[in-house]
Amino acid sequence: MKTKGRLMLLLMLVVALGLSALTYYGIGKDKQFSVNDIQQGLDLSGGVDIVYEADKESVSDEEMSAAISLLQGRLDWNGWAEAEAAQEGTNRIRVQIPGVDDAEKAIQEIGQTAQLLFVDEAGNVLLTGDMIKNATKQVGSTTKNGPSSPYVSLEFNEEGAQRFAQATAENIGKKIMIVMDKTVVSAPTVQTAITDGKAIITGNFTGQEAENTAALIRAGSLPFNLNVIQMKNVGARLGADALSSGVMAGFVGIALVLLYMLFMYRLLGFAADWALIIYIALDLLVLSLFRITLTLPGIAGIVLSIGMAVDANVIIFERIKEELILGKTLRSAVKIGFSRALPAIVDGNVTTLIAAVVLFFLGSGTIKGFATTLMIGIILSMFTALFVTRFIVNSMIKAGLHNPKNYGFRVK
Amino acid sequence: MKIVENRKRFFAISLVLILVGFVAMFYQGSKGNGILNWDVEFTGGTSMEIDMGEAYDHNKLNEVIFTVTGQKSPQIQDIIGTNEVGLKMQSIDSKMRTDLENAIKAAFPSADVKSTSDVSGTVSSEMQQAAIKATLIACVAMLIYISIRFRDIRAGGSAIIALLHDILIVIATYAIFRIPVNNSFIAVILTILGYSINATIVIFDRVRENHDRFSSHQNAEKINKSISQTLARSINTSVTTFFTVGAIYVIGVQSIKEFALPMMVGIIVGAYSSICISGSVWYTLLPKKEK
Repeated sequence: MKTKGRLMLLLMLVVALGLSALTYYGIGKDKQFSVNDIQQGLDLSGGVDIVYEADKESVSDEEMSAAISLLQGRLDWNGWAEAEAAQEGTNRIRVQIPGVDDAEKAIQEIGQTAQLLFVDEAGNVLLTGDMIKNATKQVGSTTKNGPSSPYVSLEFNEEGAQRFAQATAENIGKKIMIVMDKTVVSAPTVQTAITDGKAIITGNFTGQEAENTAALIRAGSLPFNLNVIQMKNVGARLGADALSSGVMAGFVGIALVLLYMLFMYRLLGFAADWALIIYIALDLLVLSLFRITLTLPGIAGIVLSIGMAVDANVIIFERIKEELILGKTLRSAVKIGFSRALPAIVDGNVTTLIAAVVLFFLGSGTIKGFATTLMIGIILSMFTALFVTRFIVNSMIKAGLHNPKNYGFRVK
Repeated sequence: MKIVENRKRFFAISLVLILVGFVAMFYQGSKGNGILNWDVEFTGGTSMEIDMGEAYDHNKLNEVIFTVTGQKSPQIQDIIGTNEVGLKMQSIDSKMRTDLENAIKAAFPSADVKSTSDVSGTVSSEMQQAAIKATLIACVAMLIYISIRFRDIRAGGSAIIALLHDILIVIATYAIFRIPVNNSFIAVILTILGYSINATIVIFDRVRENHDRFSSHQNAEKINKSISQTLARSINTSVTTFFTVGAIYVIGVQSIKEFALPMMVGIIVGAYSSICISGSVWYTLLPKKEK
């Protein structure tokens, strides 16, 4: 009996140490699953977050994806490898650039309207992007009996068709360059004069390349402007301060809670602290496992949930004390304490969960991060209080720690 | 514990606090500052957080802003205990923001812009709507939950009165300390809602459990007994949560301080209302013959 109890305690010790080590060191060179692996929001890493809106009522999905490739292209072109452009709602694009020095300059550079030009070898502009009606990726053979391969098909408007016919007639055997924002997208060689307002660009395209090129060309003829409707820029220093002070606050908060529980509930408090450490490690593990972006309010959510996590333990321990005072044996007091405390614990967590879920679905931006960490925290803390703490307390009793005094029972 | 017997005192304390909040709102409103310190997220506009690096001349900063933007009355709020300052003005575009930043750096060589934010009217009105929607939905969801949990309309009603009380006092905190009202405000209010209901439910659960131990005219004793039985839990949970949020407040950066301060007030008020207010309100709502 005693040996079994001690073995169970040893197992929990291994679990606690193992989880802590995992969150601290992670696995392998990339420190997978460690705290360093958790994605940081821009308010922690520093950077700029911009929301663009198309100044047109109804925008088609194709137009939007063209606009996104355009922005992504510009981000790449500026060397912001980590930057992302993603659609939001029907006509908005959110661009996030971590660690940018001059946010305003970035906004001005990304926000210009695209310039698509057809240029001859001498550098004369033959056509501009607004003369293109559509550009699509096609797959088929472009020569007689040739192999089937992806290519880009262009369609000009009336003016474009006329100009293109003239340009191709004058440039047979030469290259016409398609230039986007000063970058050459492709440089096909003219075979014949093209008069039907359609052209194809062939090259050794993969399907994806053809798709990207088509999207870029479409973006060059975007029938709308992108307006900045929201921007937030956090300096790298402020982000770093926010992160380090948040982590520091977390440590101080945790230390205070651990000491308080130990002081109030002696051995039971020790069990709760043990479970709390496992809870914190699990919490951080979930964040890196599910690639959840951590924001500053997110850190607040974690720290808050640590304070709330002991609530379930407190409810249970108070019940155990009451049962001991009524003269129950330690073992049955623990049993009854856990079962009697269950409704109150579930209740309490449900109300906070309601608030967190509503915030998650309706909150915007960084507040979503707060709601996410709060939700994860509530669910995990219920699990650790009801299972982990219970397991540890039962193991302690089995291992021979029987004196009720150690369990917070004061003889009046 | 004579909670119920002292209920009039507790009600008076709460009313005074709530009134102070309203007075602060009307006073600021009459000065033309807005009853609460609305952030750009809800009003639209441009805000900047600048570390001035040293003590500076307010008028000079005002002048620089006027010269660049043509705006006569930007809001300039010093962050107590630091050389940092928060600016709020009508929305200006990227180019003008660059000019303003450069002008400020030229006039105050040690100044450093820590963060900038610009919100258009479209977005701010959406955020307002989302905030109102979130609060309403959360309240309705919790109401449904309370009515399921307490099949007694008086218990549910008094829990809700205690909630309103908490929210009013938290809003009073925002009014008195001029804490910026933004998305964090909604998060604080909803978290306090959940937290406070939780505390009230634990107490009311006890009241129901003690139902058979007291006769029907011993309601005051029953409520008092239930409150004292759950008191250790109410205090301990508030203490640990207060510890962690307090750590954020003491150590954190400005924007998270603005989140932690009202949260701390909310935790204290939530504990106070569940112990001193909700049970007393329940008792007040009982018919004469049951008291």
